[in-house]
Amino acid sequence: MLTAIIALSVLAIAFGLLLGFAAVRYKVKTNPVVDQIDALLPQTQCGQCTYPGCRPYAEAIARGEADINQCPPGGQTTIIALADLLGKDVKPLNEEHGEHAEKTVVYIDENICIGCTLCIQACPVDAILGAAKQMHTVIADECTGCDLCIPPCPVDCIHIIPAVEDSKKVIVALPHAPLLLNEPD
Amino acid sequence: MRDTKIQKAISHFHGGLKLVEHKEQSMQSGIAAAIIPKKLIVPLQQHIGRPVAPIVKVGDKVFKGQCIANIANDETSDNKNKQIITAAIHAPSSGEVVAIEMHSLPSAITQLTNCIVIETDGEDRWLESIKPINNPNDISKEELRDIILDAGIVGLGGAGFPTHVKLVQEKKLHTLIINAAECEPYITCDAALIKEQAPRIIQGIQFILHTLNIEKCLIGIEDNKPQAINALKLALDNAIEADTIQIVQVPTRYPAGGEKQLIKTLTGNEVPLHKHPHDLGLVCHNVATAYAIAVAILEGKPLIERVVTVTGDGLKHSTNMRVLLGTSMHDILDVCGYTESPEQEIIMGGPMMGVHLDSAHYPVIKTTNCVLVKNKATIVEPLPCIRCGECARVCPANLLPQQLYWYARAKDFDHIQDYQLFSCIECGCCDYVCPSNIPLVQFYRHAKTEIWVQEAEKKKSDHARERHEHRQARLERKKQEDAERKAIKKALLNKKQGIETSEQDTKKAAIEAALNRVKAKQTTVAKNTSNLTEEQQRKIKEVDRRREDKTQKDKNQKDKIQKDRVHQDKVDKDHG
Repeated sequence: MLTAIIALSVLAIAFGLLLGFAAVRYKVKTNPVVDQIDALLPQTQCGQCTYPGCRPYAEAIARGEADINQCPPGGQTTIIALADLLGKDVKPLNEEHGEHAEKTVVYIDENICIGCTLCIQACPVDAILGAAKQMHTVIADECTGCDLCIPPCPVDCIHIIPAVEDSKKVIVALPHAPLLLNEPD
Repeated sequence: MRDTKIQKAISHFHGGLKLVEHKEQSMQSGIAAAIIPKKLIVPLQQHIGRPVAPIVKVGDKVFKGQCIANIANDETSDNKNKQIITAAIHAPSSGEVVAIEMHSLPSAITQLTNCIVIETDGEDRWLESIKPINNPNDISKEELRDIILDAGIVGLGGAGFPTHVKLVQEKKLHTLIINAAECEPYITCDAALIKEQAPRIIQGIQFILHTLNIEKCLIGIEDNKPQAINALKLALDNAIEADTIQIVQVPTRYPAGGEKQLIKTLTGNEVPLHKHPHDLGLVCHNVATAYAIAVAILEGKPLIERVVTVTGDGLKHSTNMRVLLGTSMHDILDVCGYTESPEQEIIMGGPMMGVHLDSAHYPVIKTTNCVLVKNKATIVEPLPCIRCGECARVCPANLLPQQLYWYARAKDFDHIQDYQLFSCIECGCCDYVCPSNIPLVQFYRHAKTEIWVQEAEKKKSDHARERHEHRQARLERKKQEDAERKAIKKALLNKKQGIETSEQDTKKAAIEAALNRVKAKQTTVAKNTSNLTEEQQRKIKEVDRRREDKTQKDKNQKDKIQKDRVHQDKVDKDHG
């Protein structure tokens, strides 16, 4: 009787310590759901979702404050992925936040640029190169197409141009699929 | 003089098909000499890897064999970068560069590539520095590799992987496999080349063996090419130091020429998933590549031409011919009596894996092994999959094609990769046997390209996230540093003035000072407004009013411009 009690107590203490140690040692610091949501967002940092960047939007979704259909750059693909992750229903993009458009980047007309650095401060991904009273230029490969640099420009020298796509990025069309066996004609 | 034994394959690969060969037509005659077309369109990307940049200008005179495009010099000078996956491009004939412009390439994915257009002068004059090498046996391994790199040689079997990369030994390799199987119907360019140039090919093989320190070589060749096998045997009988090279006759079964399939047939080993042949101590080269290597080393000539099979039902006569790279397919088809007809289509490569082209106006590139003119297959409406399993039975990669089909159709790109979509070699066996005529390979290609695009986008967004996080960290750090600097300065100043204050006091004082400043600003009036006459005050008022009006006007104007611009943008968007 006594041996049994001692044995069980020892076991209980041992496992308790083990679990306690594991809880401290392997503590998850950030909310993994936020990371998972953030990984699905397109990272344009454009703020069209009304949050100041993709991560704040991800946090808002995780808290249940924001809906999953507020990201125009991600479009329907992102909504489907988010719905899949969070177990929600797929819904169309909320048009209040904008429309899903083809990828663009911005281009600075260097003849007009006065070198005011306002666009550099606005760029969320440091894709604009330049210094005060020096001509600025956009690193097209780094530009996410958020257009945040356009409003601050005092001389309107920033233009939106279509992004140059890699030739490798061509998708072969899905062929006409035959019916499934149990599908009605 | 030896008597070389022809060996039999020790194993066989899963699945495969026995196809009607159609190889006799083009094997009737020898390899025809190259024609010199008026215009050569030489694409800058004929290989897998990085495209090269032109090093000639429009208007330049070029000689045959002159290098016209290479990767930037500063990159090649570094020895480490010998591993760069790219290949130089040379002028296929002498003439003048008339344009450097975009042309579409013959490829499964229609894409535009920069091309150098050369108008030939008909003299076909070689660059003077190109001469045969006197002492080929004294060249060091590094020099051999450099020659091959400079000659722009790529795998001529079909994929176009730069050869010099495959000649660097990272692991101990024990066997070289020369792929001479040529399993697709209609194509005979390798067989014809072996028939005429077997001794050169053996020399090329010996150079590869020497460069890679390999002892053993297996030449895998299908048993439907007795003439080529005999030519190889004869060349081996007469070659010096060729005891380690063996000819292995493999059963004719499509796709015996697939790299992994040939390795299985010749060695009995399967290349594991996500592994390469060199993980098994093997390396594969195409037989035409071995020939190109021998030509580059012994004659000093870069890769500017290749043997192409020109064949098909729609031609008066079929043949193999040497073709200068960049020659339009139309020009070589003309030689064979081609008449355009809407019932026929042109395929680059064989009927199973070849690329169906919309016209003949494409240049021949390094990977063009065959130009086939075929009657268009009648389009049959695909029927539902009945799960017969025939596709799995013939799949040479041992996959489950119908499973892949379901997932590709459902766009379930996670599951399709669990079923090893990327092991699919797109050989078309499943298409061929499908009783429901489902274009299976087309589904797989769609899934592959879609996955590539998604991965590229993922990479881009990860990169953007990283940059955004770095920026925020930087701004935060700057703010903190500024605050610290200010605090230190203030403390120093206070010390100087002999004021002993605690930190809290300093803060309080700072806040108070700021508040005072703000208050002062609000109550400030111009100092020169006292003691004014009535006349002066009236004038001031008028000026103030005018200023206000102007501000309002400016604001209206600005709003209007803004509105117009938004409208214009919208219009532009709608139209463009």
